[in-house]
Amino acid sequence: MSFWFWHGLRRGIQSTRYPRRAEAAPGVSPGRPVNTEFDTSDEAQSAAAICPVDAIIAHGSAAFVDQGKCVHCQRCHLSIPSPMNWDPAYEWTRLPAEQSECATLPSAFSKSMHIMVVDAGDCGACLHEVKQLNNPLYNMHRLGFFFTATPRTADLLLIVGPVSENMRGPLLKTWEAMPTTRRVMAVGSCAITGGVFGRSFMSAGGAGSVLPVDFEVPGNPPPPLAILHGLLVATGRKSVTKSELVSEGRS
Amino acid sequence: MATYTSPVEGDGRTGLSDLTAAVGERFGSVLSPMAAGHGYVLTLSLAQPGSLPSLCGFLFSDLGCQFGGMIAEEHSSHWQLHYAFLLPVSGWIDVLLSLPIETTTVPSIVAEVNAADWHEREVEDMFGIHFDGHPRLGDFILHDQIWREGIDPMRKNFAPNRQLKQKLDLEWQPLLIVGDPGSFAMPVGPVYDGGLGESLHFLLETVGEDVIRASPRLFYNYRAVEKIAEGRSVSDALLLAERFSATSAFAHSLAFCQAVEKIHSLEAPPRAAIFRVLISELERLRHHAGAIAAICESTALAVPTAHAAIIEEELLRASCVFTGHRYLFGLNVPGGLSRDFEAEQCETLLPSIDKAEKELRILENRLRYSSSFLDRLEDVGVVDVKSARYLNLVGPIGRASAQHCDLRGACPYSGYERYVFDIPYETEGDGYARLRVLFAEATQSVKLIHQAIDALEPGAICVPCEGSYPGAALGWSEAPRGAALHWVSLDDKGLVERYHAITPSFSNWHGFHEAAENFAFQDFPIILATFGLSATECDR
Repeated sequence: MSFWFWHGLRRGIQSTRYPRRAEAAPGVSPGRPVNTEFDTSDEAQSAAAICPVDAIIAHGSAAFVDQGKCVHCQRCHLSIPSPMNWDPAYEWTRLPAEQSECATLPSAFSKSMHIMVVDAGDCGACLHEVKQLNNPLYNMHRLGFFFTATPRTADLLLIVGPVSENMRGPLLKTWEAMPTTRRVMAVGSCAITGGVFGRSFMSAGGAGSVLPVDFEVPGNPPPPLAILHGLLVATGRKSVTKSELVSEGRS
Repeated sequence: MATYTSPVEGDGRTGLSDLTAAVGERFGSVLSPMAAGHGYVLTLSLAQPGSLPSLCGFLFSDLGCQFGGMIAEEHSSHWQLHYAFLLPVSGWIDVLLSLPIETTTVPSIVAEVNAADWHEREVEDMFGIHFDGHPRLGDFILHDQIWREGIDPMRKNFAPNRQLKQKLDLEWQPLLIVGDPGSFAMPVGPVYDGGLGESLHFLLETVGEDVIRASPRLFYNYRAVEKIAEGRSVSDALLLAERFSATSAFAHSLAFCQAVEKIHSLEAPPRAAIFRVLISELERLRHHAGAIAAICESTALAVPTAHAAIIEEELLRASCVFTGHRYLFGLNVPGGLSRDFEAEQCETLLPSIDKAEKELRILENRLRYSSSFLDRLEDVGVVDVKSARYLNLVGPIGRASAQHCDLRGACPYSGYERYVFDIPYETEGDGYARLRVLFAEATQSVKLIHQAIDALEPGAICVPCEGSYPGAALGWSEAPRGAALHWVSLDDKGLVERYHAITPSFSNWHGFHEAAENFAFQDFPIILATFGLSATECDR
């Protein structure tokens, strides 16, 4: 059995250097469409028309993207003659629309935060990307982030999925069981606006309609580094970029 | 390692006509081929439902058909119930039952075809049709502690955005099966494993050490995908088909697109078919790497878990570089693929695939000699061949118990009949057999990816799928977890009238209890991991 020990050692450290350095490996992020200034208003209109979830709003010759709605279908990238600009990065965390102050956790949590995840009707992608944070390539333990098995010791509630009717009760119970320094993070466009599932008799249309949400990580799904950025924002070790606050179609 | 060759090779039609003759002789029903593009599908109409159970029993037990699933459709004046059976010689038999809309009771086929159990429960819960002779109806998708009786959300008169006044019944208790003195029930979920497990609930009943009854309670993630798809255009419904289960998004969108293509009587161009095979196999390879990581994790073997997880993440990255999305969203469209790929892109994909295969082989060889790991898997969670057949298990789990059915071989789509590959199977039916099947299938997927790239030919990647044709069709694909069947019905405006997805997780969760029962508590997480099922794929 000792070979596992040597096998592990021989492979060396494979974790990303993020957040100290940007991660440059190809494929860590699918990227996303961003606000685009076109030459003509027709081009902006066609970009808005092809979006199946109304995430693109045309205003003159400019097209704005509401990242909370975008489902990464790539249609505005692949299916129209003049595609939207594409942002290949992953630092996407934003604050809910009605919130102007960033509700970071107190400084005592900055090097140790325990996270409770609730799958509230997720398709599996966001949950899977959250799990990847435990993958050696991301290894969130090195940053002092841990998943916890009980809400009693959790500091951050991480919600994925649009909150299905059958999960509404378990989600609220989990939230109520957490100590009151708690913060809530909605991960993925489904948890922010309901995504493709929207609002129906079975879907609450986002975590915000059930609980007060402090941070939003848009994406469908947001890649692991985007979620990691969200965790760093929640502990005050990274900030929500200013452009993110003002440049969105919703403002 | 045993391999299985599909009996379809040669002239499958002879066998098919024999089978249909047998059905005709015994039940006096006329079999007629369905509309073009449906392959060997045959429709069997029954005016009277009385002979339904014996007919289904004959198909399943005597002819050896695989039960695909059941589809209920509400029309203005009548119900249509489709019972899909996969013939042993390739092709579907669709037992179609048309009943007046006033009908409230249909005979249950559970006594003859046990695999129909959950299908009938779903139809009862969502449409309000009662199945006479079914042992346990109610409390399935609409959980009894929230939903009052008499709500049938899939009926046409139920508006999907209706706001219901829900009240949580705090007095509600789950139904216990073991009533012996000293027995107790251990509830697990719906939020468990630090929330990293998908939402579902297990009621493990025990008298001490062994789990005597394991009843999974699912549908916490039910988002009514089939209901909200109704009335949407095909391209909007495609988003739902792709996103209800992201870990097998490509396989499900492929099945959906193939159903739409059949309605429009068109086929994806050869180049698109080849890329569909390539990307399907890429998804399977990535899924299996993840499933292997989960099995290693359940036995608390940290280094192999990390090893397999790195392989998986690297395949996710390779998928992203190749297609633009880590989970292969936005690729399938009715008529082909949404984008074409350059030869250089395929060249850059191959090294990552070969690397993944090499790493998986290293892992497999090492795991084979890790005795503490094997002790946890061998003879644990056994589903014997007979039970697997009885429960109609599909996918790698079924194949670990000698259920060879793989739609790529049994009912080829997207040109799979032109590829040379094995469908690996095992006969032990334990956790280790399931792990071996995963490794062997991953190897076959790599082989298929290479063949697909060699077979590439220039040409169109997509044919337009325009105009509105009313009609309904069944599309299928072999998802990483097993057979996925998508039933799509379009109205004369080209909007979705009924959409129903039969997923491998739905089929296999029904049989999960067989593996978990009579094993010790500490084996439960391992059995769960070797099954590798997805709750959200089942729930929709």
